Amino acid sequence: MLGFALRRILVAISVAITVSVASFLLLHLSGDLATAIAGPEATGEQIAAIRQQYGLDQPLLVQFADWAGRALQLDFGNSFYFRERVSDLIASRLPVTLTLGVVALCVALFVAIPLGVLAAVRRDTWIDRTALAVSVLGQAMPSFWFGLTLIMIFSVNLRWLPVSGNATWKHFVLPAVALGYYAMPAVMRLTRNGMLEVLASDYVRTARAKGLPPRKVLVRHALRNAVIPVIALAAVQFGFMLGGSIVIEAVFSLQGLGQLAWESIARNDFPVVQAIVLVLAMIYIALTLAADLLNALLDPRLRS
Amino acid sequence: MTEPVVRIENLTLALPKGADRPHAVEGLSLDLMPGRILCVVGESGSGKSMSAYALTGLLPRALKVAGGRITFEGRDLLGLDERAWRGLRGRRIAMIFQEPMTALNPVMRIGDQIAEMFEAHGLLTPAERRARAVALAREVGLPDPEQIVRAYPHQLSGGQRQRAMIAMALALEPSVLVADEPTTALDVTTQAQILKLIRELQQRRGMSVLFITHDFGVVADIADHVAVLQRGKLVESGPARAVLENPQAPYTRALLAAVPSLTPPERPPVAANPVALSVAGLGKTYTTRGGLFGKPRVVAAVREVAFDLRRGETLGIVGESGSGKSTTARLAIRLVEPDRGTVRLGTLDFTALGPAALRAERRRIQMIFQDPFASLNPRRTVEQIITAGPIAHGTPARQARARARELLDLVGLQPSAAERYPNAFSGGQRQRIGIARALAMEPDVLVADEAVSALDVSVQAQVLRLLEDLKQRLGIAMLFITHDLRVAATICDRIAVMHRGAIVEEGPTAALFAAPEHPYTRSLLAAAPGSGSVLARPHPIPA
Repeated sequence: MLGFALRRILVAISVAITVSVASFLLLHLSGDLATAIAGPEATGEQIAAIRQQYGLDQPLLVQFADWAGRALQLDFGNSFYFRERVSDLIASRLPVTLTLGVVALCVALFVAIPLGVLAAVRRDTWIDRTALAVSVLGQAMPSFWFGLTLIMIFSVNLRWLPVSGNATWKHFVLPAVALGYYAMPAVMRLTRNGMLEVLASDYVRTARAKGLPPRKVLVRHALRNAVIPVIALAAVQFGFMLGGSIVIEAVFSLQGLGQLAWESIARNDFPVVQAIVLVLAMIYIALTLAADLLNALLDPRLRS
Repeated sequence: MTEPVVRIENLTLALPKGADRPHAVEGLSLDLMPGRILCVVGESGSGKSMSAYALTGLLPRALKVAGGRITFEGRDLLGLDERAWRGLRGRRIAMIFQEPMTALNPVMRIGDQIAEMFEAHGLLTPAERRARAVALAREVGLPDPEQIVRAYPHQLSGGQRQRAMIAMALALEPSVLVADEPTTALDVTTQAQILKLIRELQQRRGMSVLFITHDFGVVADIADHVAVLQRGKLVESGPARAVLENPQAPYTRALLAAVPSLTPPERPPVAANPVALSVAGLGKTYTTRGGLFGKPRVVAAVREVAFDLRRGETLGIVGESGSGKSTTARLAIRLVEPDRGTVRLGTLDFTALGPAALRAERRRIQMIFQDPFASLNPRRTVEQIITAGPIAHGTPARQARARARELLDLVGLQPSAAERYPNAFSGGQRQRIGIARALAMEPDVLVADEAVSALDVSVQAQVLRLLEDLKQRLGIAMLFITHDLRVAATICDRIAVMHRGAIVEEGPTAALFAAPEHPYTRSLLAAAPGSGSVLARPHPIPA
């Protein structure tokens, strides 16, 4: 297990390095940065001054080393727009997005896994078909529309929950449900299919032949095996939710990373965009790593 | 007179509507006597497994008990509710299964799976359960019991996994053990060990065993009593010796006659015929990459394999799983590229051919595959399957189609079969189609990779007879890959025994069986089920 974990961490670090090079180059390939920063009315001298000020006259390799070295210390420079440190900006916004993502993931898993298990156990009954309908609906509805519908019902009509903002936990309920519902169908179906396969397996028959009660057969022998691929999927879905939270953040006016990214792109605020891409990519890598390690913990065959 | 432990009376199991027959089992009556092994034997679809599942209350949902009684130690089983069943299962009636890899939970330690037997029935403390698991592992002969209980199923060999299954089944000292083809998925030498173990444990503990099998060799080795099933009905039952040596029912006689003998017939020498296939110094090493930072694993699948195969001759390559016999076949027709060595077809250096020449010359060496269900494209008609090769090689379509009908006739099928799809045929018929497909290319050499292993004995005998007949009529050379010594004895002129990628012994079949030289060959022959019984006596390929 230790060997596997070390190997897997090495792979994750290599991916992280590759991603950081890519995100660095991405901005430098999108045109002359100095011109973009200086604005359309700047003179040649102003542009040259900016180029020098930001170190853009240095060779690319030096620029990268410089940037990467500072990024490692979480120093991403200053925002062009806010005149504030990028790291402070991200530190203020990231918790909102992470909270939203984690709560949404929990909502998705807590609904999808039991529903998937139930649908598999009661295969081809009304329960199975209802579960399928719920999941198809989740895939078919655009999340902004579903978010707005939730606001209409629970905030405007019933007045149970606030419409927008991120002041209290109540503010996160509706956006998390909206975002989680989007991730739920895939998890539900994978759980259902996995359970169907596992329930028909020989070792579940063995477990029944032992005289184990149905609940133990279901949880210890069936679910334990069926849930392994679900973990990898959940990690990917969580990544999507962090990236895809832009829409939900906009609908619910949450001041999260998605909002910041969206605004910074519109404002040509390169350091911020670059830092957000990097942070999201790192979170994604960390998630995949965590999912792989968790999988290896659950499935001994992956370790050797 | 002693009472039977299990008495099955007039049991009928109804199949769902739309099945090929109304009942999986019909009017079945069996007695399992205390301390005895009863073998229920039959071909696929005979209902033998279903009668075992009925005894454990684990019948598939689609099957319903339509009549009859099962009494166990005087109790009526069929009236039990699920809770009462759970109390019996594992505790009084335990079960072991065919495929020990899939029958064990892959993510649970062996010891935990054994200890779970006690937990399921609320017995002992966790520490006591663990100690018992180690003791049981020792009793079934697992090496290093303290350590092995901490292993996962994939870390064990097939035989060790089946031992672990047996340890589990024995944990609560059941009075009846139901064994559903427990050695079918194992190599012969492992099979012999497991059969011996079951026999020993059964005697030591005075258990009764209901043993389901399709293999009369296994019956001869282990059974006290035999019950023969055909399409859900009992055709014959009695003491094992009596049934094996003096079968009464015509079906039993036919089945026994279909079992190939372990005593090969003398065969005329073919040394004067020209060499059709010559293999020298053949080698293949597999390297599995261990991922980005992992260590690669190197396996020498085939090492320095050499043989000559003459026209009109059948050379058997015999070995257990992982011996490299199938890889050798694939190397010979370049489905897998060899790392070293040469393959010659007559005088042609087959290994030196470029892609275009290889496609042209491949016609001369054709393959028959193991699984007649997986190896035919289900969406093409039999005619399309047979003619695809010749047409690709330039035979006019009309001529190829006419030839396809001749070939179907040659392999014993109606020419009208040409218009149908593979799913309209049984396993044996599909294998005939596979043979016709290979023959359509008019090859010099046929490579049969476990071509009869998936077939029931009676069908197997027919296909073997067909292959023998074709070889003699067409003068084809045949490379016959098999794990089954009986089959090899029946059809091969010469046999090469493979072990760990290399040929350890080669010789004329009769001589090799009569006086095996290499220790591995000897152990293989000794392990063949039924080798000490009436089944070892010579008889020709049955008509």
